[in-house]
Amino acid sequence: MGLTPRPEKRVVEYNPTSQEGWVATRLDFLVNWGRANSLWPMPFGTACCAIEFMATAASRFDLARFGMERMSFSPRQADVLICAGRVPFKLAPVIRRIWQQMPQPKWAIAMGACASTGNIFDNYAVVQGIDTIIPVDVYVPGCPPRPEGLMYGIMLLQEKVKRERMTDEGIRNEMEPDPNSKLYIPAPVIDELSEPFGNSVHQTRSGL
Amino acid sequence: MSDSFELQYPGSALGNAPAPVSPSNVPNRGGEVNPSAAALREQFGDAISRVEVVWGDTNVYVRPDRALDVIRWLHDDPTQRYDYLSDVTAVEYRDADFPIEVIWHLRSLPFRRFLRVKAQLEKNAPLEVTSVWSIYKCADWLERECFDMFGIKFVGHPDLRRILMWEQYREGFPLRKDFPLRGRFSRAEQLRQALAANPEARYSMEELSIADAFEDLPTEMRSRLRGGERTGE
Repeated sequence: MGLTPRPEKRVVEYNPTSQEGWVATRLDFLVNWGRANSLWPMPFGTACCAIEFMATAASRFDLARFGMERMSFSPRQADVLICAGRVPFKLAPVIRRIWQQMPQPKWAIAMGACASTGNIFDNYAVVQGIDTIIPVDVYVPGCPPRPEGLMYGIMLLQEKVKRERMTDEGIRNEMEPDPNSKLYIPAPVIDELSEPFGNSVHQTRSGL
Repeated sequence: MSDSFELQYPGSALGNAPAPVSPSNVPNRGGEVNPSAAALREQFGDAISRVEVVWGDTNVYVRPDRALDVIRWLHDDPTQRYDYLSDVTAVEYRDADFPIEVIWHLRSLPFRRFLRVKAQLEKNAPLEVTSVWSIYKCADWLERECFDMFGIKFVGHPDLRRILMWEQYREGFPLRKDFPLRGRFSRAEQLRQALAANPEARYSMEELSIADAFEDLPTEMRSRLRGGERTGE
């Protein structure tokens, strides 16, 4: 399965040029350790992937080992949105609203091929990957992924959480693009430049 | 080298092919006819254009304008008692004469019968058929789905609007043959329109009257709501 355990990285490296003192790095370590081991998932299950997600949460695979046993069915008490299953266009505003209701810090996992790319449902009704609606941290492949696969994705997310730095200003920046900026590229131009990509010739990258 | 290609599966057009049967020996065509078909012939005469038995199920073709009468008689008559409407659906054929047909699946629980009633809609006429909602209340959502996917208008339906796609969906009717698989708009436009929709605007009519999403509804639906129209019973 290629699921070899990753070497645990508990040592925070000290880089004198990074302007961070010892206190800040140790505080980062503590905060990240706490966040990574108590991720409360917001399950957004729409299809068969949700069944695998339930199996992951149940006793045999036991998501509680990662501090995730508390399914948060209210987005306001959730840390990680796990989108399990295909998202039709009718649900697109719903998942975006749920994402906006979640407080920072928040992460998202696209579980399965449908949530990641739309899978075989390249048709009129299905969103071609939820990354056209919300930012996604980890994509878990599979149709549906085995619970081991989802847990591997969760471990990857934990690793990502553990590497965060408070001093990183770019992190979790939810600002909309500024049209007055010289770097601004209008959405139609992005669509024109980026087309085609993914599994659909009609899929576009701007998300607009 | 390979032999010339021939259709080998049962049901092919080969002259010497055995008549296809299902694993439980139900023939593809022919077999026992549902006795309701003969009763319908007797009762309605010309309105019944064709009766055929396919895979053990009886299909009855009726004229679209008489469909409601036929179904009402099947429901009310004490010798028939078709008290359960399984499904209302439609099929579009690439057929020059009968492009689209509406299908009712009827089941008689007391007599353990199943009957499929089909009405082939006329070409170059408005896609209309009379609603059976007055007989079977379950036809409400079934006919709405049929309207949503094919654009067939069910005359007499109390609340004919989209059910699977959203109210503001403007790309057409997805199960029509001329509908492209990926829809008519680009992915970017589809997503933009979908995200612009108000998620609250999908409630039933009753809930809508108290929801905030009232102003986001199409004008025609708002006027219906203002008139106090209600769904269902």
